Amino acid sequence: MKSNPLTPFLFLIPGVIILGAFIFYPMLNAIWLSFTDYNIVADAEFIGLENYKELFADALFWKVLGQTLLYLIIVVPALVILPIFLAILVNQQVKGIGFFRSAYYVPVVTSMVVVGIAWKWVYADRGILNYILESFGLIDEPINWLTSTSTSIFAVMVVTIWKGLGYYMVIYLAGLQSIPDDLYEAADIDGATKWKQIWHITVPLLMPSIMIVTIMSSISAMKVFEEIYVMTGGGPLNSSKTLVFYIYEEAFDKLQMGYASAAGVVLFVITLIFSVINIKFMSKKESDIKG
Amino acid sequence: MSSPSLGTSKENPTVLPSKRPINVKKIAKRALQYGTLLFVTLIMVGPFLWLLATSLKSGSENIFAYPPQFIPEKITFGNYVEVMEFFPFWRYLFNSVVVSVVTVLLNIVFCSLAAYPLARMNFRGKNIVFVLILSTMMVPFQLLMIPIYLLALDLGLQNTYAGLILPHATTAFGIFLMRQAFLTIPYELDESARMDGANAFQIWWRVLMPLVKPSLVTLAIFTFMMAWGDFLWPLIILNDTSMYTLPLGVNTLAGSFSANWRYIAAGSIISILPIIIIFAILQRHFIAGAMKGAVKG
Repeated sequence: MKSNPLTPFLFLIPGVIILGAFIFYPMLNAIWLSFTDYNIVADAEFIGLENYKELFADALFWKVLGQTLLYLIIVVPALVILPIFLAILVNQQVKGIGFFRSAYYVPVVTSMVVVGIAWKWVYADRGILNYILESFGLIDEPINWLTSTSTSIFAVMVVTIWKGLGYYMVIYLAGLQSIPDDLYEAADIDGATKWKQIWHITVPLLMPSIMIVTIMSSISAMKVFEEIYVMTGGGPLNSSKTLVFYIYEEAFDKLQMGYASAAGVVLFVITLIFSVINIKFMSKKESDIKG
Repeated sequence: MSSPSLGTSKENPTVLPSKRPINVKKIAKRALQYGTLLFVTLIMVGPFLWLLATSLKSGSENIFAYPPQFIPEKITFGNYVEVMEFFPFWRYLFNSVVVSVVTVLLNIVFCSLAAYPLARMNFRGKNIVFVLILSTMMVPFQLLMIPIYLLALDLGLQNTYAGLILPHATTAFGIFLMRQAFLTIPYELDESARMDGANAFQIWWRVLMPLVKPSLVTLAIFTFMMAWGDFLWPLIILNDTSMYTLPLGVNTLAGSFSANWRYIAAGSIISILPIIIIFAILQRHFIAGAMKGAVKG
């Protein structure tokens, strides 16, 4: 039987059309728009690098860029380290452990809108968090977590971390279960403490998972939007705004599509750096699988 | 029966005293394990329980009491009944189900179709196509949302299901996942099916697809969670509230009743019930799928 040379392309057509129409074409269009003054109302006119000049001269742009990096610096290490302990916790062979795994995963499946609402209520002036901290004597009077410029972005970060914990816990759990038990048994016999075992056995053997989690959590921290939209609206005084929030506002509130596209291109370049590492890492893994 | 037990009872008195402290230690260890597990559970589901408690408090109870009262004085479902008058829950649920289910089905079909030649055929340009597909993973949706929005307006997709679904109908992740799954299947199966006169499409559908079911489940769950929880794209493409999905509906509810926390709490709890129920039924698959997804890439 002779195979038709067109057959492979017939299989590829539906997917490629979707990816072409909704990723490749928009990407080229975004780059083009970033060199125009398009604002929906009037036709787009080429203005060269004007948008980029304006962007780099905008103090707010630098502020949101700084806050995005702050987000990365705090959220990524937290999401790389904390889920390791959660995974160790739920990797214990005790009755009902499946229930706990699922319970820790509940924030992952819940929509960010409801998560944001729940935490807004936790963060309320006379809410449960202030009460707990006060009763432990950690604070003297209630803190306005979400409405004070010094705390709002950190309060939102806590929610991002909290919602991501379960997801990365499961990734680590997969890694933990591939570590042979006899390594720990041998360490027990040698009298190594639990902490030493974690540091000298678990962490090194978990390295591939740690890499994946680092890359995934930094790419997603880069794009944080929903929790900010729901909980603080970027405020007070732009103190919790990140780059994506800035792009959203410029594009869909102010309708500065061209200008917002320039900010989008900046986001793209930064994400690209993380993604190139990602692809390299994945193709290395793939060749490992192939042997 | 009696003789072996007699034999052991002889040893028991000497063994028991040394065994007791071990047992106490074991019990203490178990208590510590469960104590830690429960404490973390409280942190992970506490905010939802706090919301649930608030939704069950009657109008006469001060929900801003300080110190906060967790247990409602008198449990009432009144808030749920009342909020349903303003909150078209069933409409939003219907929209969410349509969008998520169709997105999942299209991804399963389109991703596995595209993955098949990439995994099991040789053709000119294969590597370029694969690299181009993978490269789409590097482009953040937040860069694309402006041109996709403009494109959707041109195509008349605003406020339509198609507008919500099509931009997510194929993902590079899905193609990658399915390609990996197809690569693991022995080639002899294709060969023997081809000898039996099956064409490429039949081999894909009848031979390969049944063998990659676990990966299809993983893909389905990933896509479902993405589509179900999506917020940014619906927020942009919809302005007709009757097309809203659950997250947007809850967001609107929170905005319009910003003073009535009982209603907001009740609406939020109703809105997460469907996904919590689905999760409770399929939790094994959710967690196994996420584990496999991580291992695969």
